[in-house]
Amino acid sequence: MRFFLVLFCLASSVYSTRAQALERVSARELQQRIQAGGERIRIYNFWATWCAPCVKEMPLFERYRSAHPEVDLVFVSLDLNLDPDVAKVARFTQRKKIEAQVILLDEGDPNSWIDLIEKKWSGALPATLVVNPQNGKRVFNQHEFKEGELDAFVALVK
Amino acid sequence: MLLFLSALAFAFRPAGYEVGDTVSDFKLKNVDGRMVSLADYGSAKGFIIIFDCNTCPFSKGYNDRIAALHTKYSEKGFPVIAINPNSSEISKGDSFDEMVKRAKQKKYAFAYLHDDTQAVAKAFGATNTPHVFIVHKKEQLTVAYIGTIDDNARDEAAAQKKYVENAVEELLAGKPVSQPKTKAIGCGIKWRDA
Repeated sequence: MRFFLVLFCLASSVYSTRAQALERVSARELQQRIQAGGERIRIYNFWATWCAPCVKEMPLFERYRSAHPEVDLVFVSLDLNLDPDVAKVARFTQRKKIEAQVILLDEGDPNSWIDLIEKKWSGALPATLVVNPQNGKRVFNQHEFKEGELDAFVALVK
Repeated sequence: MLLFLSALAFAFRPAGYEVGDTVSDFKLKNVDGRMVSLADYGSAKGFIIIFDCNTCPFSKGYNDRIAALHTKYSEKGFPVIAINPNSSEISKGDSFDEMVKRAKQKKYAFAYLHDDTQAVAKAFGATNTPHVFIVHKKEQLTVAYIGTIDDNARDEAAAQKKYVENAVEELLAGKPVSQPKTKAIGCGIKWRDA
């Protein structure tokens, strides 16, 4: 019996690690996703667990997403730049009950990849990119959003 | 019209200095209580100006490397001048008192200045911490490099490209900086609400 209990615990721990595993994406892959066609407006929010203003603005984005099911939201974590512990990000997003997609940008030297994502980006966090593949419009911002600002920002690509 | 206005609301801060621009001197309070200007450094050949702070984990990751840059290059004429641009109203850990504490605790040998009004960060166009501006002093003060310290925040030993060191070495050798602009990941500056 004890054996089965141990087995069960092992299996469930393996399962839960699986469930938490976040996708690691290269900058080139992310660039392709940003440029890909489609029907829906996509919001890419660049953040990290160590970035306090990023963490602060996340609920704003989550609320926007709930209110606008027609828009896709992706949180792109830059945690790997400072800390190789990927499980930390998964634990964090679980604890904060983040429902939007979370991916890990798997890149080193920022100078080699930031321009692939957005030329105007100096590297400061948080940063947000909104694209509308239907009309090709995109807007970028590298400041923390305050309550109510996100609606107007996303409207710029409509 | 509304769209235009809202576009303005999200416009970037004034771009600040680009590489090659002339820098205006400033006067800011150092952690030792004295006011510091670039003009005070009579014999300097230039400056490694780093917008930095107490609270950003990225800044903390680079803390020892910034101290090492000062140790290595102040004697050669390029001292580090760290400037904390964060609003202490928004980021309590970046108050002048906290800066004094940090400088004492880490035994900063370089100036650590408080950009209380954020005017210097705006003039430079700094966006994050740490954000480096190397200034070359000839007839005038000229921006020679803008960007990051090196290519690996996580692990100094694994850094392949030491952008700031390379730039200073090139300036010391009388050469142009081969990579004068890089991207710098970091914490966005905590701007006081306009």
